[in-house]
Order: sequence, then C-alpha cells, then structure tokens
Amino acid sequence: MTEALASGVPRSSRRPRRPGSVDASVGTDTRLGVPRRRRTRRSRHTAMAWIFLAPFALVFLVYTAIPTVAALAISFTDMHGADLRNPFAVDFAGLSNYVRLFGSAQFLHDILNTGIFVIVGVPVTMAVGFALALALNSGLRRTRGIFRTIFYAPVVTNVVAVALIWQYAFNQSGTINDALANFGFAGPNWLADPHLAMPVVILLGVWRNFGTAMLLFLAGLQGVPEDVQEAAALDGAGWWRRLWYVTLPLLLPTILLVSVLLGVFFLQVFDEPYLLTKGGPLGTTESVALFTYKQFGFGDYGLSSAASFVILVLVGVISFVQFRLLRPRT
Amino acid sequence: MSSETALATLAPEIDGVDSSTPAPHEPVRSQPRTSRAPRTVLVLMLAVFAALTLLPFFWVISGSLRSLDDIRSDPGAWLPSAVTFDNFARLFSTEGFGGYLTNSVVVALIVVAGNVIAASAAGYALAKFDFAGKRIAFIGVMVALMVPYTAVFVPQFVITANLGLVNTLAGIALPSVALPISIFIMRQYAGSVPDELIESARIDGAGEFRIFARIFLPLAGPAIATITIMSFLASWNNFIWPLVVAQSSSTYTLPVALAATSQAASHVTDYGLVLAGAIVVMLPVLVLFLLLQRYFVQGIAATGLR
Repeated sequence: MTEALASGVPRSSRRPRRPGSVDASVGTDTRLGVPRRRRTRRSRHTAMAWIFLAPFALVFLVYTAIPTVAALAISFTDMHGADLRNPFAVDFAGLSNYVRLFGSAQFLHDILNTGIFVIVGVPVTMAVGFALALALNSGLRRTRGIFRTIFYAPVVTNVVAVALIWQYAFNQSGTINDALANFGFAGPNWLADPHLAMPVVILLGVWRNFGTAMLLFLAGLQGVPEDVQEAAALDGAGWWRRLWYVTLPLLLPTILLVSVLLGVFFLQVFDEPYLLTKGGPLGTTESVALFTYKQFGFGDYGLSSAASFVILVLVGVISFVQFRLLRPRT
Repeated sequence: MSSETALATLAPEIDGVDSSTPAPHEPVRSQPRTSRAPRTVLVLMLAVFAALTLLPFFWVISGSLRSLDDIRSDPGAWLPSAVTFDNFARLFSTEGFGGYLTNSVVVALIVVAGNVIAASAAGYALAKFDFAGKRIAFIGVMVALMVPYTAVFVPQFVITANLGLVNTLAGIALPSVALPISIFIMRQYAGSVPDELIESARIDGAGEFRIFARIFLPLAGPAIATITIMSFLASWNNFIWPLVVAQSSSTYTLPVALAATSQAASHVTDYGLVLAGAIVVMLPVLVLFLLLQRYFVQGIAATGLR
C-alpha cells in the first residue's frame, strides 16, 4: 500500500522537480523557489517517517514521557500501593511529601551519602581510567589490546554476580582477610563496619566504571596531535609539563564528558549499595536511589516519587550543564 | 547520555582505537616512543594492575570449584583444596534454575528483537527522512537517554500494573524494547549510507518500505550486530526493573534469582552455590565480549555508557 503511495506520483512528473543536487530535499535548503517543492516532499515524508518511528515513539510515551510527568504528579499526592489499580483516585497532598522528605533524617543522610559517592567515586574512577589510558597510549603495541580487553571486562560483567564475589571476598572470613592474616593483620568485617562499608561499596562502583573512563580517554588521547607533543618536547618541556600544559588542555572536552557520565552514574547509584549492604550498616551506604526503592517497597509511592524527583532534577542539571558546555565546540 | 556533538567527535576516534590486534605498521601516535627499559617497567605496572582487576574473576572461579566442606572449614582460602564441579551440579538441579535461565533468555530475545526492529526503523527515519517533527523526535531520543531509570520506575510500575503486565516476562521486557542507545547507533550508521543510493531507488519507483528493507537493511549489518549485542547486554544485566516487576519466582530472571538466593540466608550464605550461579550469569556476556569486542566498543563510542 505504501509503495503505491510512494510511487503514486508518475516518474516523469517527479524527475524534473529535482534540479541539481540529488539530496536537495534533505537538510536546510534555502535557495529561492525551493521551499514550496520541499514542503510537499516533506509532508509526504512526514507520515512515512512517523510510521518508521512509531515503535520507538510508543515505548517512549508509555515508559519515559508519561512516567516522567507522572513521577512529578504522584509526588504531590498521597498515592500508596493500595491505589495501584486506581491511580486517579488519589488525593492531592500538596507539598507534604516534600516536607516529609526533607524532614527525614535518613533522607538527608542519603543525600550526603550520594554526595560522597559522587565526590569520591567520580575523581577516583577518572584518575584510574586516565592513568591507564596514558599508559596504554605511550608506545605499547603488542600488549595494548590485551590490557584494554582486561580493563574493560568489568564494565560488561553482571553486577549481581560481582556483588556476590565482593561479599565472598570482603566478609569477616573472606579472601581479603585471609590474605591480610598472612601479614599478621586481623581483618575487619568490612561491609558491617560503618566506616569501612562505604569505601568497599564505592570500590565496586569504581571497578565497574574505570574501563569506560579509560576507553573514552584513550579515544581523546588519540586525538591529541603528535606534532604539538613533539614541538613541546623539542622546546625542552618534560613529561609532566607536556601532560599539564599540552595534553590536559586538549583533553578538556573528554574530561568533561567522562566526569558528567560518571557523575550521572554515581548520582543514581543503586545496585552496589542494594546488593552489598542494603544501605547499612546504620544507613551509612544508603543512596537516594535506594531510599526511593525502599519507600516504593513500603508502598509509599508519594514519598518515593518525591525522592526520585530530586534525582531527576539533579541529573537534569548535570545533563543540561553538559549540553551547554559541549555544544560550542562545533 | 551525552550530547550529540560529543558522540560525533568520539566515534571515529574510538573506531580507530579498536583494532584488537594492531596492524604491524600501526603508527605510534601522540607520544614519542619510550625507550626499552621504562617500557618494560610500564608493562610490569600494567600487568600488576591487570591482575588486581582480574582478582574477582579469580575468586569466583576458585570459589565455585570448592566443595561445601572446603568453604565451611576455611572460608577465605584462595584456592580449592580439591577441585570439584559439585556446586554446578547442585546449581543445575536446583528447583527453578532452568526456569530462571529460560526467563532471562526469553526476556533478552524480546528485547533484542524489539531493538533491532524499532531502532533500525527509527534510526533510518531520523537519518534519511526530512519530516515535520524531526527535532521533536530527536529530542525524544535525547530525553530517553537522559531520564534516570531510578527516577521513573514508580510510575512505570503503576502503568505496568494497569496494563496487567506485573509479574510477566513481557512486563519485564517492554520498557527496554526500543532503547535510545540503539536508535543512536542506527542513526549514526544510517547517516553514513549515501543518500544517492536511496534517491536513485526512489527515482526507480521503489516504495519507502521497500527501500528500507531491500537497500538499507542489507547494508546495516554492522549496526544491527552492535545493537543486538548492546541490547542483549542491557537486558541480561538489567537488575532493578526485573526486581520490581518479577514478584514471584516464576518470573525471576537469573540476576534477580541470584540476588534472592544469596539474601534469603544472608548469615549462612552457601557461597559455593552462589558463586557457581555468578559464573553462569557472567559467562554468556563475557564470552560474547571476548569474541565480539569490536561491537561492544562501538556501542560505547555511540553512547559513552553501556
């Protein structure tokens, strides 16, 4: 049927309407006389394009657009698990969920924890990724591919599986403490210690992400022109000075991109604390995302949505900043 | 999750990085070649760090090969006192294990099929059609990339419940059947297909669906491969959404079942069994990764994230 539509216009009448370039209909063509022809062409393609886009558009509407608006709406209601089948029969609750949210000591603690995840996790992951990218980019040939594969493997590894390995390794009588015992240390119960649990949880996040950082930095480093480096070297600049004054400034866009991607990851961190500690001990590893999940589990959809909206706003701010900062480059 | 400009600039460079076995005459870029001695030190340092990175894999393999008694008597030992495949035998005979595996596979198949179809069509349309609403459609893809999953799962669950899809495999799979990552990959790829090919087919009177199916799709193999792998990875490793939607063990996917098993008896975890389960969950993706690294890397190039 569509074929009939498309070829409905006789070939003879279509051909002369395409003067000059074959892709005149694509892009922003502002030559005189062209717009009207483009309009008809464009409207014919509009229906077709949206048919092609329909599956994505449907999934986007049902699972992204509506839920995003709904999350905000639900955060202003007293919706609970019991209202699941009658989502419109809930009462308007004003700002009461937000009042409860910011009056909750645990939530404020969770914001602090999430801040620690971001402030520690992002720079550590970036530093490791950057150091590895530098090392892999400094003239290695035969071993580079192998190392890259190894360092990237954690990124594709299933988080539930790794978290279980982490528990096996970091429990009171796990492999870590077994190794420490060889040096005469009596190892702690890492994940049950309020001071040690957080570093171990963050370590899992770093382990899972430094491969991505490395790969993006490696790509960035390949874009640093060789002659600039050589010129700096000829001028007597040492390795550190070249890194600081030549490489890093040229890598700024990559550094920004990586920091934003990692920032967004650690802002929504859920899997690591949920699987390793359930937010414990004493709530010291509970993230905002985990708080959201727990309130959802308690059936308090209103409070959960209010908390999730806080995440949405924070991620939105970061994404917006990223978009702004990266745009002017081209 | 990154702006289009960043994607466009990164992609070709990452493609360049990617030759998994460097060509013999590959030029050494960026930095003057270091002399032999420091290079040996460098390789040694990298090897040490690689060993640290691989430690969890070592632990899971050695731990899964230890017997129950072995783990009980010396939980922290790094090597099995005697290698046994007992844990795997117990795992495969565990009530429900086959079901979890099947669930994971079925969900992954739905997700992969959905992504290949939805993303091929949408990516092609975004790259090759000039149409009203193109900007909106593109913004939609960007928004889908940026909206944090953890921020919308409550309303997603309410919707899923009202569609009657809670505790079904379809309910688990549907939100992932048109991942924005996949559309990005396909759009980028479709952009590299010459317009002349499509135009000349139009001149010959071919319909748009025919052009898409007969001319574009046969050329899109590499992008379809990348999408298949990326969406399989996303589905197989997905945790929070199946955790929310699968409410009884009949619809548990492998990761959810594994997490449930380990937490059911958290004080006396049967590590042998749990680590064997961890291997089964990890293995398919790691094998795919080792065999098809190129496509994984391209996926990252397109998005910056898995």
